[in-house]
Amino acid sequence: MSATVFPGGAGIPSDSGALADAIGARRELVRQSARRSLGRRRLVGRIAIGLCVVAVAISLAPLVALVAYTTSRGVKALSWSFLTHIPTPPGIPGGGISSAIVGSLIIIGLAVVMAVPIGTMCALFLVERRGRLAGALRFAADVLTGVPSIALGIFAYAVLVGPGSLIGHFSGLAGSFALAVLMLPIVVRASEAAMRTVPRDLWEAGLALGVRRSRVVRSVVLRGALPGLVTGNLLAVARAVGETAPLLFTVLGSTLLATNPLQPMGALSLTIYSNGTQPYPAAQEIAWGTAFVLLVLVLALSVVARVVSARLNRQAR
Amino acid sequence: MTIEITSNVETSPGGSPGQSTPGASPSPTAAVSLRGVNVSFGKHRVVRDVNLDLVRNRVTALVGPSGCGKTTILRAINRLHDDSGGKVTGQVLVGDLDVYARDTQAELVRSRVGMVFQRPNPFPTMSIFDNVVAGLRLNGVRSKTVLREAAESALHHAALWDLVKDRLHSPAVRLSGGQQQRLCIARALAVEPEVLLMDEPCSALDPIATAKIEELITHLATDVTIGLVTHNMFQATRVSDYTAFFLLGDDRATGELVEYGDTKTIFESPHDPRTRAYVSGEVG
Ligand SMILES: Nc1ncnc2c1ncn2[C@@H]1O[C@H](COP(=O)(O)OP(=O)(O)OP(=O)(O)O)[C@@H](O)[C@H]1O
Ligand SMILES: [Mg+2]
Repeated sequence: MSATVFPGGAGIPSDSGALADAIGARRELVRQSARRSLGRRRLVGRIAIGLCVVAVAISLAPLVALVAYTTSRGVKALSWSFLTHIPTPPGIPGGGISSAIVGSLIIIGLAVVMAVPIGTMCALFLVERRGRLAGALRFAADVLTGVPSIALGIFAYAVLVGPGSLIGHFSGLAGSFALAVLMLPIVVRASEAAMRTVPRDLWEAGLALGVRRSRVVRSVVLRGALPGLVTGNLLAVARAVGETAPLLFTVLGSTLLATNPLQPMGALSLTIYSNGTQPYPAAQEIAWGTAFVLLVLVLALSVVARVVSARLNRQAR
Repeated sequence: MTIEITSNVETSPGGSPGQSTPGASPSPTAAVSLRGVNVSFGKHRVVRDVNLDLVRNRVTALVGPSGCGKTTILRAINRLHDDSGGKVTGQVLVGDLDVYARDTQAELVRSRVGMVFQRPNPFPTMSIFDNVVAGLRLNGVRSKTVLREAAESALHHAALWDLVKDRLHSPAVRLSGGQQQRLCIARALAVEPEVLLMDEPCSALDPIATAKIEELITHLATDVTIGLVTHNMFQATRVSDYTAFFLLGDDRATGELVEYGDTKTIFESPHDPRTRAYVSGEVG
């Protein structure tokens, strides 16, 4: 079937024999080159994959060892009463870590309430605006990520705990504040990354329907980024849940079952710290048991993050 | 005019291309043949039992309504389903190469079977020139002269040379959508594939660029076997020698090849009433 040929078109040689020769020659050259180089390309590919596997193994080894060791030492301490009782005074056997569990949950919960909304809004700002302010904010977040947590602790102490400060004594709330500051940059950068995965096309598709910007943000951007937001936030929580230094300066620790965030509270990481640094076997055992509980908590958070974001992803389809 | 109709490819259509193919070429045989090809995504069987030949150095149009599996079939030819999660069963031959044989390397299949996608997809970090020669470089061609010549020839073919010859080293993404698509065609052509699969290559082009691409397709068909998915019936009649018509089967979920034959037959005196209805625009 003959095609419509437009004159002066593509600069294709009119002599189709010469064209065929040129094409044939180059085709042969490319085929040969492809065959010759394929062995090497495959080899390089295999080596690269091999190196990746080795890298994964190297990075998994300490993790596996740590989990295994903590588990083997920690489960011994574990019992129902270990989880539901408050600590006994030193020297008296028994006792549990219920005050630390409750304290940690409250402190982290309040930190999330402070860090997540602010962090998400900052991220949205970073995604929406390209100006100088956004650049400065992003830079600030990066710097904040690098601030040692002990520095955050002493800062929180100065602002909320020390004499003449806002609260003036040790409290769970001060710990939440310190952890919130710690989580904030993580939340911001993870949320920004998640929102950036929503294609620009979708923003524009929404706007082009005459939808208000705030509505596009809610139904398209936040919805599209939701799995990533959930993962990012839960990772920030997992990071904060094990922090010790900021809490040393702020919540002090308590062996009573305190639920008032304006009072000193217990926390899992503090329990590990205070018991683990004592030479007595009983204290050591409590420290390992607590470490195990903390590990399970972080693991549970990660699993929840995965399940929730997988479910959200599936819904999005 | 008597035209022999080969409605299913039990008998090779190449045996009697009839009056519709211009030019005297070596006896047209199948450059690509699909035998009993099925593609499924998970539980969803997307196409069923496709038997189809792409006749060597001819243009075969794949037409049919949206969602009937044209793209899916095209991608089965150069093993793009290896990475899409689709499962292909049946046999695909490119020349005498069994595409899905255990010891067949996907890379070698793909260096012989080029692909142009529905949406232009130039590599965003590369210049125009680097895009065109990407396939050559990745296949180990190093010679500057060869790269240069191949790029120029491919860009000529894709009717892009005059537009970009002065800015070969500027980023490819600065081109307009239609120009980007022609760049992608040039990129596919630069490795001199024997078979070129084109998935609605003109859906982003203006009529003049479309005409150029159609002219290019016709020219290329002296050396390249082309499988062309198109929704444009006029385009199919203008450039294709053979036409394969696909439709969703009775279950409304699985596509199948309804009729295959030379383009004239399919458009003027199709056997199947469903083909007649579709090509005459009565149903879509
Ligand atoms: N990666 C995938 N995963 C799951 N299902 C898929 C995938 N790709 C295609 N499908 C399904 O296969 C069917 C056929 O899709 P395909 O893209 O081949 O249609 P098409 O004939 O090319 O349509 P169009 O003319 O609109 O391009 C559709 O029902 C689609 O949902
Ligand atoms: Mg398609």
